[in-house]
Amino acid sequence: MDFERIIFYIFAAILVFAAGRVITVRNPVHAALHLVLAFFTCAGLWLLLEAEFLAIALVLVYVGAVMVLFLFVVMMLDINTSPLREGFVKYLPIGSTVAVLIFAEMFLVVGSKHFGREVVAIPARHAADYSNVRELGSVLYTDYVYPFEIAAVILLVAIIAAIALTMRKRPETKYQDPAQQVLVKPADRVRLVRMKTEQKQ
Amino acid sequence: MTDTVLRKSYKTHWLIILLVTAVFGTGAILLGVQYWAEIKSIAILYALIKIILIVAPLMGAVAYLTFAERKIIGYMQVRIGPNRVGPRGWLQPIADALKLLMKEIIVPTNANRFLFLIAPMMSIAPALAAWAVLPFTDTLVLANIDASLLYILALTSIGVYGVIIAGWASNSKYAFLGSMRSAAQIVSYEIAMGFALVGVLIAGGSLNLVEIVQAQQGSFLHWFWLPLLPLFLVYFISGVAETNRAPFDVSEGESEIVAGFHVEYSGMAFAVFFLAEYANMILIAALASLMFLGGWLSPFEGTWIESWFAWVPGIFWLFAKMSLMLLFFLWFRATFPRYRYDQIMRLGWKVFIPITIVWLVLESAAVVLKIGPWFD
Repeated sequence: MDFERIIFYIFAAILVFAAGRVITVRNPVHAALHLVLAFFTCAGLWLLLEAEFLAIALVLVYVGAVMVLFLFVVMMLDINTSPLREGFVKYLPIGSTVAVLIFAEMFLVVGSKHFGREVVAIPARHAADYSNVRELGSVLYTDYVYPFEIAAVILLVAIIAAIALTMRKRPETKYQDPAQQVLVKPADRVRLVRMKTEQKQ
Repeated sequence: MTDTVLRKSYKTHWLIILLVTAVFGTGAILLGVQYWAEIKSIAILYALIKIILIVAPLMGAVAYLTFAERKIIGYMQVRIGPNRVGPRGWLQPIADALKLLMKEIIVPTNANRFLFLIAPMMSIAPALAAWAVLPFTDTLVLANIDASLLYILALTSIGVYGVIIAGWASNSKYAFLGSMRSAAQIVSYEIAMGFALVGVLIAGGSLNLVEIVQAQQGSFLHWFWLPLLPLFLVYFISGVAETNRAPFDVSEGESEIVAGFHVEYSGMAFAVFFLAEYANMILIAALASLMFLGGWLSPFEGTWIESWFAWVPGIFWLFAKMSLMLLFFLWFRATFPRYRYDQIMRLGWKVFIPITIVWLVLESAAVVLKIGPWFD
């Protein structure tokens, strides 16, 4: 076994362990943290594949942003976990059927029939000056520019839709309008009163 | 919990640590023996020495940055600052470090022990790991990787976990409020920061920090601070917000939530958070100098006095620029009152992000039209 393979097995073991803990651990915060660990080790495995751009993007997007928001929400929720675990036996048949179906589909699509050694050549190791970022960019903005743009537009629509769904007028909330705050004059806030007693003196 | 149970739990705790160290130690030694030839050839030892050569001065810089902070803010407020330990107070940071080392680490009851102790490490590890790709001159860099800018952005975005986990694991309302504030703030400012970096990589034409600095060659006016002035300001202010420094230090907010996320920490566990904060400050200062102030390039380049300063090594200019940026960090703290929380969010989302987007469009136009002297 060479050095890289040892690293691969260590990372793979951590990844499988963390992924398993995500669904077995009882505390949702711990589950989210295990998911973070899973993403991070997955990024490590991608680095071994010489896909450094994707590995860093995975850490940046999923670990650095998505999971932070996840944790943010999960920590604030007051989840009582015991009702969630009720009916485990009741849902076991349908759950296991779905799991088997998903596994079968994945096996058919990414199984050895399509990605085996006979079909796909073993990727060649690139020289040290090989730039993964540049290669990815040159493919993404030439051959796949339309699919790329369509994906971007779909994401944009999703963002706008998410904002539109959560934005509703709530008359009971009070906002501060900084523009109005800045425009305030002393006369709006203070009324100077001259009193009779004052004028006598 | 009675006394005996406590002692027992401490004993098992040590046993577990001993066991894990033993297993990993033997594993490492076995691996080392088996792959000795490879270790020598890929120069792991050499890399380790280089890492120590970066981290040790960094820790020293962190220690003396705290001293500088207290002194400079002292002078700004017409005080003297620490002047009792050693000549003119110069041994103060060492005394502080010793004091923190001696103190007991108290883990609150009902705190999640594992997460409570791992949170400071989660906070300092990215702050140190980011230094791996930081170039000091065009040849002096530990790992000159292709996407170093992206790597730094990814690692600085992980730093927030230390804060979040610390707040949650402490099992304290103040700590939790602090971590919630901090998480929202860091995620919001990361977007503006990322957009500012996009501007830098458009101008530099690369994700590699060495190439970004080399693209600024020419003169003082060729540095990216001038063509990217709004992005520079947005980046630096976002950097202040990302490191939870004043005036954006609502996650600590002493007057409202005592000390925020690290209120339950004591001794060395607290000191590690402190180290991480200052290491991040130095990192932001270094990045700002590399990306906008020409890094190791001399400020007199292209002028008639350039040859007078030819003997000055480039690393000196980098350190001078970093010191200037760090001075701003301290100056902000002495000058501005803390922002209100909704104002922070407004500044991040409604001011900075539109500014960066508008400037990115203008800059892209300038690059496409090859507007000189920067983009020709």
